[in-house]
Amino acid sequence: MSHTIIPVKQLDTLRTLTFVIFRHNPADSNNTPHIQRYTVEEADSMTLFIALNDIRENQDPTLQFDFVCRAGICGSCAMLINGKPALACRTLTKNLPDEIHLKPLPGFALIGDLSVDTGKWMRGMSERLETWIHLQEKLVDITKLEERMEPQLANKIYELERCIECGCCIAACGTAQMRDDFIGAVGINQIARFKLDPRDRRTDIDHYTVIGDDTGVFGCMTLLGCEDMCPKELPLAQQIAYMRKKMAFQAL
Amino acid sequence: MKIIHTDTLVLGGGLAGLRTAIGIKRRGHDVVVLSLVPPKRSHSAAAQGGMQASLANSFKGKGDNETVHFSDTVKGSDWGADQNVIRMFVDTAPKAVRELAAWGVPWNRIQQGDHQSVIDGKQVTLTESEQSHGLLTARNFGGTQKWRTCYVSDGTGHSMLYTMSNQAIAQDIPVHERMEALSLIHDGQRCYGAIVRNLMTGELLAYIAKSTCIATGGFGRLYRSTTNSVINEGMGAALALETSVAALGNMEAVQFHPTAIFPAGILVTEGCRGDGGLLLDTNLHRFMPDYEPEKKELASRDVVSRWMETHIAKGFGVKSRFGEHLWLDIRLLGKEHIETHLREVKEICQHFLGIDPVKDLIPVRPAQHYSMGGVRTNYTGQSPSLVGMFSVGEAACWDMHGFNRLGGNSVAETVVSGMIVSEYIADFMESSEGAISVSSALIEKFYKKEQTLLASFNNKEHTENPFMLMREMQETMTNNVAIFRDETLLQQAVDKLLELRKRAKNIYVESDVQGANPALVAAYRVQRMLKLALCIAYGALQRQESRGAHSRQDYPLRDDKDWLKRTLATWGKEQDNLPTLDYEALDLTQMEMAPGWRGYGTKDRIDHPDTPLRQAQIEKIQHQFAKSDLSKKDETINVLASIQEELMPYKHLLPPSLQGNNERLTEKK
Repeated sequence: MSHTIIPVKQLDTLRTLTFVIFRHNPADSNNTPHIQRYTVEEADSMTLFIALNDIRENQDPTLQFDFVCRAGICGSCAMLINGKPALACRTLTKNLPDEIHLKPLPGFALIGDLSVDTGKWMRGMSERLETWIHLQEKLVDITKLEERMEPQLANKIYELERCIECGCCIAACGTAQMRDDFIGAVGINQIARFKLDPRDRRTDIDHYTVIGDDTGVFGCMTLLGCEDMCPKELPLAQQIAYMRKKMAFQAL
Repeated sequence: MKIIHTDTLVLGGGLAGLRTAIGIKRRGHDVVVLSLVPPKRSHSAAAQGGMQASLANSFKGKGDNETVHFSDTVKGSDWGADQNVIRMFVDTAPKAVRELAAWGVPWNRIQQGDHQSVIDGKQVTLTESEQSHGLLTARNFGGTQKWRTCYVSDGTGHSMLYTMSNQAIAQDIPVHERMEALSLIHDGQRCYGAIVRNLMTGELLAYIAKSTCIATGGFGRLYRSTTNSVINEGMGAALALETSVAALGNMEAVQFHPTAIFPAGILVTEGCRGDGGLLLDTNLHRFMPDYEPEKKELASRDVVSRWMETHIAKGFGVKSRFGEHLWLDIRLLGKEHIETHLREVKEICQHFLGIDPVKDLIPVRPAQHYSMGGVRTNYTGQSPSLVGMFSVGEAACWDMHGFNRLGGNSVAETVVSGMIVSEYIADFMESSEGAISVSSALIEKFYKKEQTLLASFNNKEHTENPFMLMREMQETMTNNVAIFRDETLLQQAVDKLLELRKRAKNIYVESDVQGANPALVAAYRVQRMLKLALCIAYGALQRQESRGAHSRQDYPLRDDKDWLKRTLATWGKEQDNLPTLDYEALDLTQMEMAPGWRGYGTKDRIDHPDTPLRQAQIEKIQHQFAKSDLSKKDETINVLASIQEELMPYKHLLPPSLQGNNERLTEKK
């Protein structure tokens, strides 16, 4: 996907930014979805974290949004920024045009305004796919030397484990927007991660039972918005293709 | 009023809370975890560099063991910690790291053969043995004698938290997300659970439990400049304080991390320096060896942060439009190392600073990072004054960090304290003290109190904006209660905080809308945060010495004669303006390591009159065993155990399931 290149603004050209923000508070039965505009004076090194807090503190204390780490590592603040899913905390205003449109991440239950319930979705995905190591033995003797692992394999597992469950891949996914039960790239990547891990006793046939249909790998339409929009730049397309191949063999 | 019953209520879904919940569930008890955010978003995920555990697998870890880790941690704490708890901790850390290895954390592993590394600014070759291949490796961190910090690139906390959270899901542990405890239900002697607000709907409800465990993390957001997540507002500690029964320990002990990127305050890991990165000034001069010829960039955090600020004050800071900073240089580590071992650092630099640390210098300045103080507990994790209330992790003052925490010891503490304290919570619930009988009148009293408080903000005669009060508090703490302190600064801070406390009673929350209501959240939190800020500032004002991270320019020496003691802060009545401070002496005669010099930082100090006596006792005990035959492995273990028994017995303090000796590679031969 091509990104529009916007020239980096210089310090002497700080602008007045217009934020066009989706508003809805489902907890208030009188409230209907609408759009609200705010203007903010741009500051040097301003991120959307800074700008949104500025709006809340100085203009509208009811504005809802989620930030936790504000460092791009916890995955709380994904939203649609001028139509594209991204982490708001590490998005600098200087890379955006004068008018900034913000909407909540689609595909998740709305809590209010820009806040969505990714937590519930991700827990559901984890329960369904059982995203934990299924140990060979029940009890591990933790006083003994740890099991060995090839250094390269540990690195490969970490590569897939870097997913921060932010939901950008779900928001960018055609299938996930059409059907609620699609596990998306985030889910398929999890299975690929546990499949790599020799500590997990599950086999391809076990994985097939949870992702071997069109709510899983066969639901992917290969639009690959997931990989384009992944803030951690995970190799999602490769994982989906790989798992699909493996699952196709199981189906035979 | 909706009431939810469980055996244990855990406040906080980070590493400490989740590991505690898992331990309790494994013992057959019910547990519910409350979390402000989805648990995988907790601040534990921000731990980058790693977790200390004395595995001694790698070449630079050779010779490491619990005793070396113990000694490093005691020195790091500036003798302010409970040495029994440190012993319990160092004994359990290898078990914790191995448990996580079994549960799926992709720890970085040892590759046998030659490796290029950077030590003290020079390229060196390290050779890993064949027999260590595939075991957990470790990197160097500040204030340690060995390379002991196990890691997963620089996303260690992330991997640990995901693994732990997935284990909690596997054990079917309910995590009630976006729930905030507003007060603890208690009768002045025993805790029965909490009044809780749903942050999505605004609903108030009660959770009743036999035991309640506070695992809410630290309070970095009391400061303007902090590496902490926005949720780290110290609410768990504030709830404990508001019982007026439970005490907070050593609140003035606040850590400042040397390398927060400037000016955003986002952390870049100590692993940058551990792996060979250097600190440079405006002349690109490496200044740390001038101050710390021995440990250089890798002295403890309190010491490095002080020298950085000192160096800036001398005029060697780099000037920028936001103020002054110094440089962190990791260019010498090379592209490959940075892109595999420091990739979060690279991403942070790229997104927030627009620079590439492979080629560019990173602007850094110390920022608030960690709360050594917190809810005072005994070694079992229970409050000594409020039965049934426990605390773990950064929220607690268990007290293994004293006045300065070593890097890599905090994520380690989260898991270790969860492993240990969960066993003690289960024991407690299985004992005669475990059962509760709680009246609905008591629950209602606490419920009504919170209901009244929340309604009180919606008063049009009130004029204060909670966000502005919060900002003024944060400015005060960052300006006056930071790295260098003195009486004038601290008195000013106390005065300002008292003024803010008064104004906070006059907060008007504009909206009375249904649902989340972020302004209301800020309103009740800022009132509580101001109490914590007063505990810190007032505690710092009273402590007339310098110890660890608490550095008084008007009392520059550590004073063991008068201050070898822990501050305990309680809040008597709601209308009180200041906490009541008591002091709990650290018993020097029972210490395994008598107070001395840390090996870095200031050498001068005021000794306790009993120090030479204890030192002599320790030497005598060690001398007694000096002639023992250490050629046989079994004999060595017995001798070491006997010395420990004489010096400071601690094994009996550990739950039976965690008393085993840790196996090491060298013992395998």
